[in-house]
Amino acid sequence: MERSDEQIKKERKQPWRVELQKKNKAKDRMAIQRVVMPEVEPEERIKSQRIEVNSQLTKEQVMQEATRCMDCVNPTCMEGCPVSINIPGFIKRIERGEFQEAASVLKETSALPAVCGRVCPQEKQCEAKCFYVEKLNRPAVAIGYLERFAADYERESGTISVPVVAEANGVKVAVVGSGPSGLSFAGDMIKLGYEVTVFEALHEIGGVLKYGIPEFRLPNAVVDVEIENLRMMGVKFVANFIVGQTASLDDLKEAGFKAFYVASGAGLPRFMNIPGENLNGIFSSNEYLTRVNLMGADNVDSDTPVLRGKNVVVVGGGNTAMDSVRTAKRLGAERAMIVYRRSKEEMPARKEEVHHALQEGVEFLTLSNPVEYIAGENGRVSQVKIQKMELGEPDASGRRRPVPIEGSEYLIDASVVVVAVGVSPNPLIPNTVKGLNVSKWGTIEVEQDKMQSSIPELFAGGDIVRGGATVILAMGDGRKAAANMDNYLKKKHQIQARGV
Amino acid sequence: MNKIVEKEHFSERVVKIVVEAPLIAKSRKPGNFVIVRVGEQGERIPLTIAGADIQKGTISLVVQKMGVSTTKLCDLEVGDCITDLVGPLGQPTEIHQVGTVLACGGGVGVAPLLPIVEAYKKAGNRVVTILAARSKELVILEDEVRKWSDEVIVMTDDGSYGKKGLITEGMEEVIRREKVDECVTIGPAIMMKFCALTTKKHAIPTVASLNAIMVDGTGMCGACRVTVGGKTRFTCVDGPEFDAHKIDFDEMMARLAGYKPEEQEKMEHFLQQ
Repeated sequence: MERSDEQIKKERKQPWRVELQKKNKAKDRMAIQRVVMPEVEPEERIKSQRIEVNSQLTKEQVMQEATRCMDCVNPTCMEGCPVSINIPGFIKRIERGEFQEAASVLKETSALPAVCGRVCPQEKQCEAKCFYVEKLNRPAVAIGYLERFAADYERESGTISVPVVAEANGVKVAVVGSGPSGLSFAGDMIKLGYEVTVFEALHEIGGVLKYGIPEFRLPNAVVDVEIENLRMMGVKFVANFIVGQTASLDDLKEAGFKAFYVASGAGLPRFMNIPGENLNGIFSSNEYLTRVNLMGADNVDSDTPVLRGKNVVVVGGGNTAMDSVRTAKRLGAERAMIVYRRSKEEMPARKEEVHHALQEGVEFLTLSNPVEYIAGENGRVSQVKIQKMELGEPDASGRRRPVPIEGSEYLIDASVVVVAVGVSPNPLIPNTVKGLNVSKWGTIEVEQDKMQSSIPELFAGGDIVRGGATVILAMGDGRKAAANMDNYLKKKHQIQARGV
Repeated sequence: MNKIVEKEHFSERVVKIVVEAPLIAKSRKPGNFVIVRVGEQGERIPLTIAGADIQKGTISLVVQKMGVSTTKLCDLEVGDCITDLVGPLGQPTEIHQVGTVLACGGGVGVAPLLPIVEAYKKAGNRVVTILAARSKELVILEDEVRKWSDEVIVMTDDGSYGKKGLITEGMEEVIRREKVDECVTIGPAIMMKFCALTTKKHAIPTVASLNAIMVDGTGMCGACRVTVGGKTRFTCVDGPEFDAHKIDFDEMMARLAGYKPEEQEKMEHFLQQ
């Protein structure tokens, strides 16, 4: 499990670390330029949904990048990590070329290091708090790339270490949903000795990591290895099981489950309620991405179809919108367009994703908003009526509010439209559990630092609590919930505390 | 898991299968559906549950061969397993004692109608059921429906069995001779549309159970959206049953045909293999 601040400081004074600190002068470390991630050429990568954009760094590159890390007395980078990864601990092992050991450090606190190394917004988290950024105004140590390298190295080496698990305490806990939050929770609870079963509604384990995030950002094989790792630690997975429908929470209690972690995600796609939105060819991003990522509709052998179009409009400016528009490009769209109502500066998507989309030829129609869809033949969308916008005063989100410009409407051709304007929480659990406090937005209300709901044995986290967030925040919730559920169960059932 | 324990051919293209699914057998209610997937390249398709046996831990499904996915499912034999089966999904039918219920089933729609007819009868209603089909060999589950109906009227398009004529003619006949308090209709979209128009004339509250295109079946994708009373609803979590007088059936039919060319292509690809 994770180390306390004191332990981190103590670890920094171990002989090997001191030796490493002395090996290079600070000036020499700072003279090194941040490594550049090699990418597959845009023309090449858009030929397939399954070609990962970022390719691999070499051992020499990562060891040099790790040398940039100053091994700060106060590693502020760790404050930026929602799952408190021992960042200097793993980076310094990389500097010594001890990649397996680096991977083990990652796995102490993260159930999904190869996933986080790919999809975390490090530039807003650990890397934003890096000494280089905070004190020198220079590019941060590439913590994300290093994390990814260590996790990939271990996976590709074929010798995967299984974290130490405490002696089984015989207490059964259930997890609802196998996305990043549920997996992170399961990893921590199994380490603490609990008997953990994860229930998943879909036929595949992984939640949004499988149905949502495309393989060009996160290959399914990478996710599967992390799931297999949890399985080897003893976590049980049950697919095709909807808690609240297939069996109720009470049924599960009868079957011996003592507590529950609900991480059922953001279930319902939002639409804009504009005329023509139910025409054929108009998808939610959830549907579009699920058809391709989970069901493999890009492959001719898959039984699941997806509609392709010469002109594709994707509405929205988040990561999901970028994933959708880049998927459209890979499905053969000549024009793949983002239609976003604010300007590029306000886009919530990661800079890297916007950059990759631009490289791939995606067009950005900013300060634009769809107001109507127009049908062509057979009830299929053929045109989108777009209204131009301008920025007004900042709104509750702190971003400048988009204001429509009257009379500015114009038409563009599109035979596929993907609506990626957000999601609402999945109502299945809130609707089927009596006595559960739910907000007016449909999210489960929890005590903030404990993730405990109005039903003491029910904890919740991820998008079902947050409404819509990132993989890493969902994982952080899972870790918090695990720690607090452990305390709760120990008190309630007087389980002998058995540390790892 | 999900082993097929019984299979019966109702007609050349319509098959009843009984599948092991003990948890679903126990938790399902009339009106619920399941999502099935056949094979690792399989599509997720919704099928309404036609019946369940809690003791044996089985549910029954009636499937009509239409495209690749239903053909793959119909081609499975006793002893084979369905790759994935999940449910029960959707809101169950709201069953009350209302008086006289007119139940209208067309084609394979009679299968999901059966548990609803049974539930209405058990709730103390008089149940008149109309079974409609193109011809005699396409009339299914007649004996089972008779068991739970006070009266059964069979209508065939070609007059090869029962009365000749459309389902709406049978409905008018019943409505003329007795007071009908509620109507439920399940069948092809075009049939449900005309059933709804018929009962609307007589102001008889009517529900229709919709069969939309779905992917996950849990509210996540929105493929199954339908306009009811001017509002967009999701068939999977808000339905599958809605007030038939408020459903935009034309939009629904257009959405059901949304993948016609792609489905044809998949079928050709499948037949080539």
